[in-house]
Amino acid sequence: MNLDYNIVIGGKAGQGLQTISDALSKLFLRGGYEVFTSQDYMSRVRGGHNYFMIRISELPLGAQQPKIDLLISLDQETIDIHWSDLKPEAFIFYDGESIHPAREDKRLKSIPWDRVASAIGGNTIYANTVAVGACCGLLNFDLSLMAGLLQEAFAKKDPKIVETNLKCATAGYDLAKNLKSKVMIKPGKTSGKMYITGSEAIGLGAIASGLKFYSGYPMTPSTGILNFLAGKADDFGMVIEQAEDEIAAINLVAGASYAGVRAMTATSGGGFCLMTEGVSLIGCIETPVVLVLGQRPGPSTGLPTRTEQGDLEFALSAGQGEFPRFIFAPRTPEDAFYLTQKAFNLADKYQVLSLIMSDQHLADSGWTLAKFDPDKIKIERYLLTEQELAELKEYRRYDLNETGISPRTIPGASRHLVIADSDEHDRQGHITEDLQWREEIVKKRLIKYKSMREEISRPVKYGDSAAKTVLIGWGSTYGAMKEAVDILTAKNRKVVMLHFNELWPLPLEYLERELSQYDNIVAVENNATAQFMRIVSGQTGILPTHKILRFNGQPFYPQLIVDLYKKEVLDYGH
Amino acid sequence: MVTNKDYVGQESAWCPGCGNFGILSALQKALVELNLEPQQVLFVSGIGQASKLPHYSRGHVFNGLHGRAIPPAIAAKLVNHELNVIITDGDGGTYGEGGNHFIHAIRRNPDITLIVHNNQIYGLTKGQASPTTDQGVITKIQARGVPAPAFNPLAVAIALNASFVARGFVGEPEQLKNLIKQGIQHKGLSLIDVLQPCVSFNKINTYQWYRQRAYKLPADYDPKDKIKAMEKAAEWGEHIPLGMLYLNPRPAYEEQQPVLRNGPLVKQKTDTTKIAAILEEFC
Repeated sequence: MNLDYNIVIGGKAGQGLQTISDALSKLFLRGGYEVFTSQDYMSRVRGGHNYFMIRISELPLGAQQPKIDLLISLDQETIDIHWSDLKPEAFIFYDGESIHPAREDKRLKSIPWDRVASAIGGNTIYANTVAVGACCGLLNFDLSLMAGLLQEAFAKKDPKIVETNLKCATAGYDLAKNLKSKVMIKPGKTSGKMYITGSEAIGLGAIASGLKFYSGYPMTPSTGILNFLAGKADDFGMVIEQAEDEIAAINLVAGASYAGVRAMTATSGGGFCLMTEGVSLIGCIETPVVLVLGQRPGPSTGLPTRTEQGDLEFALSAGQGEFPRFIFAPRTPEDAFYLTQKAFNLADKYQVLSLIMSDQHLADSGWTLAKFDPDKIKIERYLLTEQELAELKEYRRYDLNETGISPRTIPGASRHLVIADSDEHDRQGHITEDLQWREEIVKKRLIKYKSMREEISRPVKYGDSAAKTVLIGWGSTYGAMKEAVDILTAKNRKVVMLHFNELWPLPLEYLERELSQYDNIVAVENNATAQFMRIVSGQTGILPTHKILRFNGQPFYPQLIVDLYKKEVLDYGH
Repeated sequence: MVTNKDYVGQESAWCPGCGNFGILSALQKALVELNLEPQQVLFVSGIGQASKLPHYSRGHVFNGLHGRAIPPAIAAKLVNHELNVIITDGDGGTYGEGGNHFIHAIRRNPDITLIVHNNQIYGLTKGQASPTTDQGVITKIQARGVPAPAFNPLAVAIALNASFVARGFVGEPEQLKNLIKQGIQHKGLSLIDVLQPCVSFNKINTYQWYRQRAYKLPADYDPKDKIKAMEKAAEWGEHIPLGMLYLNPRPAYEEQQPVLRNGPLVKQKTDTTKIAAILEEFC
């Protein structure tokens, strides 16, 4: 039996849940384990019920699972809310001096972290360290790695803090070491992998792609990208501009791109609504921009801190008029890192908008992944060279050719003037109402789709290749779907998964050929109407036979997909 | 030597007698006198008759969305601060549709010249009230008269500690040209609100109406006196002051970006060798 251990840390916002979660995730990573950490939090700064789930295994993980082995309860409510998910052999850690559970149960173990923290450090601020120590004690996870972690975090500030924290962790460790857990997680050889969230990976991918200008307005769940990039601005020579609103943000990045640098913005559904006219501007003036759309449940403000895949059709049609765009949807942070590069290169190559569809699940969850390889990142700008510019007698920004991709240069690169106009424009870029030309330039913009389609990679095909049932998904559902396929396969259910991360333009010939092989086509999406499947159906005429959907604001668990598969597919019509 | 010929652009589609001609001519003369080549100039505009100006001159052009001239102009200045960035936009775009950008641009103080063609009416959409139309003025839409008092851009700018606040009038071309020259040379955001009659849709604020009321600030006027500037900005109706109302030198936005001390952003390459060190933060 492989290790599959699940720790939940719950409490009120402001109690330091993230600190405990980050410390534990990093400890297990350094101890050679795979972790997958997700968070479920309410849209408030203080109070409410919030929790982190840390799943630990020896095998790669890409999803969470609901059954709990260890519950760290920083408040009473956590015990009540998660009670039904506790395994029979679980442990519940709580501070019995401040929390008084309504029920008696042998799984309840009081760790008086406030008192211990006050006694050792003179302050309950160290209570979370006691809890982390207790967790390590229960699992027999040696504290030597903890010392290193504390050293990195606090050594520069004050060596005393390191010492006090370590004493508190040791006290916690000692309180829990004799609790006789059946599961032991001893630190082994480090895997050399990294632990990273989707937002950080997109930010890192953008930096590696030569990002120079970022503008955004804070909005969950896209704010993580803004935070990450702001912290790296000086190191990598970037301007990070917090805009007065999302309309400004997208017009800022359009201006920055026109002026010659790689530019990106990120937002969520509501902010994207405000950006749509800018999306259309980018389409009209053919200026490359990368836009990250971090989805959360709508309509309107919806559930600000939860997850959904509900904005795909909106992203596809956003902006007045007809113009080409790319849409990508990373499966994991690793995928996000490399896809961000592809989004930038293709935006530059075709002079279009590249949309990256993220969501709260991808943005905020932490994965253990093989260390990214920056050498695989290639920066391709597709601008006219100095020599080409010198040889040009007259420069025409929107000249026609069979690819639809006109020669691009930037202001100041040569003596040539660069004209961009949101009005329909002539070859130079000047406003025109020549209606015959209008048809030519519309065709010029749209003909790009012919070659853009060839840039799109095939989806991942995973499972029984002879299966007559296919599960179709996209984006952040990858980990949960892959594990669901494993569970179904182990139960002799013949299924295969097609998972997409490059969504638009669709590879039509491939899809028609591929999808014609199956009896059952099951759309698996984190939304209420199977939007990606509807786009596929609209383009190919192939309809789904079944749908597995979740739209309560939470991501899929692998087992939930399996259960819904049984209900929606196997029992369908019975 | 730069000459007038360098700034001859496409043929205009403005009405004969439009105040925009005076602004175009003053701007072209200012650029020639400053000996700036068209490739050193980026015109940014939005939508409306004023925003068509860049096409009727020569330079780099970013003619963007209605009300959104300011954000791309700021970005372009941050990306390449060697460009002289000049915005030409109307009262509707700058003070109405783009009001939020106007406020925050003043706070930031990027080195941009913001020329607002203020004709106190919507021309392109044929005669609706603009934010600067006087209260009580009757239009097709505001049949009982404009219900709200007019927006006072100069007072707002001074209240926000703008670094350069001026008012010009197309009927005073020499003064207007000089204000534009000063604006281009000023390090920071220079707001130049230009009174400009709309001969087709504004039958009230005509050349004659402005001539009867406008007067030049006296030579001994001190534009660094904020309280005095506020008093002047509040003057409207029978007496309308022209000239430099307020001058408040402070660092330009791009001067405060540490990254730009290494030269224009557009010329900087990302040092990708540093990525490996960042990856260690995640291990």
